[in-house]
Amino acid sequence: MDDMDISPENPAPPLAPEPAENTGNAKGTTRIGDRIFLGLSRGSGVLLLAIMAAIAVFLTVRAASAISKDHGNFLTTFEWNANADQPVFGIAVLAFGTVVSSLIAMLIAVPVAIGIALFITHYAPRRLAAPLSYVIDLLAAVPSIVYGLWGALFLVPHLTGLYTWLDSYFGWTGVLAYHGGAARSLFTIGILLAIMILPIVTSVSREVFRQVPRMHEEAALALGATRWEVIRMSVLPFGRSGVISASMLGLGRALGETMAVATVLSPSFLISRSLLDPGGGTFAQNIASSFKESGDLGKDALIASGLVLFVLTLLVNGAARLIIARRKEYTA
Amino acid sequence: MSDLTLDETVLADSAPLPPAGLRHPRLPRWAPAALAVGAIVVAAAIGLAAGLGNKVQWGLIAGVLFMAALYGVTAFVEGRRQAKDRLATSLVWACFLLAVVPLVSLIWETVDRGTKVLDGRFLSHSMAGVLTIGPGGGVYHAIIGTLEQVGLATAIAAPIGLLTAVYLVEYGRGRLAKAVTFFVDVMTGIPSIVAGLFILSFWIIMLDFGYSGFAGSMALAILMMPVVVRSTEEMLKLVPNELREASLALGVPKWRTILKVVLPTAIGGIATGVMLAVARIAGETAPIVLLVFGSQVINTDPFNGAQSSLPYYIYEQWAAGNAASYDRAWAAALVLIAFVMILNLVARGIARWKAPKSGR
Repeated sequence: MDDMDISPENPAPPLAPEPAENTGNAKGTTRIGDRIFLGLSRGSGVLLLAIMAAIAVFLTVRAASAISKDHGNFLTTFEWNANADQPVFGIAVLAFGTVVSSLIAMLIAVPVAIGIALFITHYAPRRLAAPLSYVIDLLAAVPSIVYGLWGALFLVPHLTGLYTWLDSYFGWTGVLAYHGGAARSLFTIGILLAIMILPIVTSVSREVFRQVPRMHEEAALALGATRWEVIRMSVLPFGRSGVISASMLGLGRALGETMAVATVLSPSFLISRSLLDPGGGTFAQNIASSFKESGDLGKDALIASGLVLFVLTLLVNGAARLIIARRKEYTA
Repeated sequence: MSDLTLDETVLADSAPLPPAGLRHPRLPRWAPAALAVGAIVVAAAIGLAAGLGNKVQWGLIAGVLFMAALYGVTAFVEGRRQAKDRLATSLVWACFLLAVVPLVSLIWETVDRGTKVLDGRFLSHSMAGVLTIGPGGGVYHAIIGTLEQVGLATAIAAPIGLLTAVYLVEYGRGRLAKAVTFFVDVMTGIPSIVAGLFILSFWIIMLDFGYSGFAGSMALAILMMPVVVRSTEEMLKLVPNELREASLALGVPKWRTILKVVLPTAIGGIATGVMLAVARIAGETAPIVLLVFGSQVINTDPFNGAQSSLPYYIYEQWAAGNAASYDRAWAAALVLIAFVMILNLVARGIARWKAPKSGR
């Protein structure tokens, strides 16, 4: 019985410590209500675990049946033709697009989010801090499809100027070359994703910066440090692991974002050297865009690519949560 | 605005006095504001002279000029360390303003373009018999779809999430509780499209049910559960232990203690968490694309046949790609944002109104 398990390696938990006798069982009189209630609530917990397991199992089964019929190499083929007589499909382009656009989003969002978190915790007038953090949280409340609509109809036309400028100064690198056309490219996706993951990175970093021991900051101030030196010497080192895990949570969001990418990107199954030229694709975008035209094998192939996405986000999120959990033990 | 709070108190006492020998020379408090005005004027002059049409470029030039001038002047008068401090302050302010820009732009665009076709007719008619390239039509069928799907998802996810949170806080010890905690966290990060694919492979491909609103709400429920668990857990932890002990000491069984004492104390926070979760899933599109399939006509039965939903409707109208359908997409986006924002505001209102009195 898990609820009775107060052994040396499982000391009483910090919260809601209930003496074991109170569960009713220990007194010898088993209360039927208690048992039912415990069963129900434990059952829900088990159900959650079962759902996670089922997701992995079902996706794996469908994916395995799709990959066995693939005439190309699932990992390296630059093509998605799952509905042909000779089905050929591979995730190389999707993996590239997903990783690159998410990394661009991280590069933009993380520094800005750290800035905002510092602003809210250390710079903003105290009365304004709460409403301001609410404003940032509002960014998270906007549905992703609305971001997509805004991105496709407002952001894309307004980015061509920037891209032309980037092309004229940095076009020689090849990575930032731009050959005209609507700016529906991986870089645009990166910018849009950056806006979308900003709130989560901000809110986690904000909580971490809040936990910095007041004594550290006051000690630094007493030594004559300026506010920036206080932040650099006491706040940022304390918050480093928290910021890392916040960024990884943001990365997880960016990797799996579907609708904003599907509306903005003009997809193609090519890896182009330039990030500014339209083209490319991501896992989630490809699933949403090509689902309706897919036959049975096509759907299985999409599920296979979804499995890769699932594993990817699982790894990123799991790592982020482990960092947070380890940090909690360490600071507690 | 960029002065140190600490310095302000020091300055307030000694501002009228001439700088004493032991004090560093300081910039007057109006210096940053004056520099900002100067930078804007110079940037406007440069912009006019170079013929830059885009006001964003003016703003960028002004920002760079302001930071450079502030750094230079401060470094000259107060020293390098103070200059760095002021530079950091302006950068942090810039970050915040940078984040507000897209939010304001997005809301402005949605309201501006959305109000064009948004009226009573739009809210009370479906798209049945309306050509996508022509004007007319509405979102009635999509609103019905969203309400039913989200309602069903809540009916599935809220009890399971609530009970799981109760398990974690009131009973949970040992390995099972640890595993549940960890996987709830991981589950928060599942991409919505993956939840959709899971229901697709399980419900539609394996069990061979058709596309329906219910299939969509199962995927939404998967996305909603971890959010409900997390927020409920936080709220239950806030319930003071004395309440539980007092109830148990009176001989009340544990399950009645939880139902009659713990949950009612935290009910405000729990309701807030559930409503925020509802707001989150109301905007999900990806599972709907895979599982509900979309429809132009009113279908009030979520268990049979394709339905529409507000986010799906926006996607569909965007994909139609003409002026009339863009107008409808913006109007639907406005309806969706209003719905989500109202849920958010009400939820936060409840949280403030019914906050558990935990003594801190």
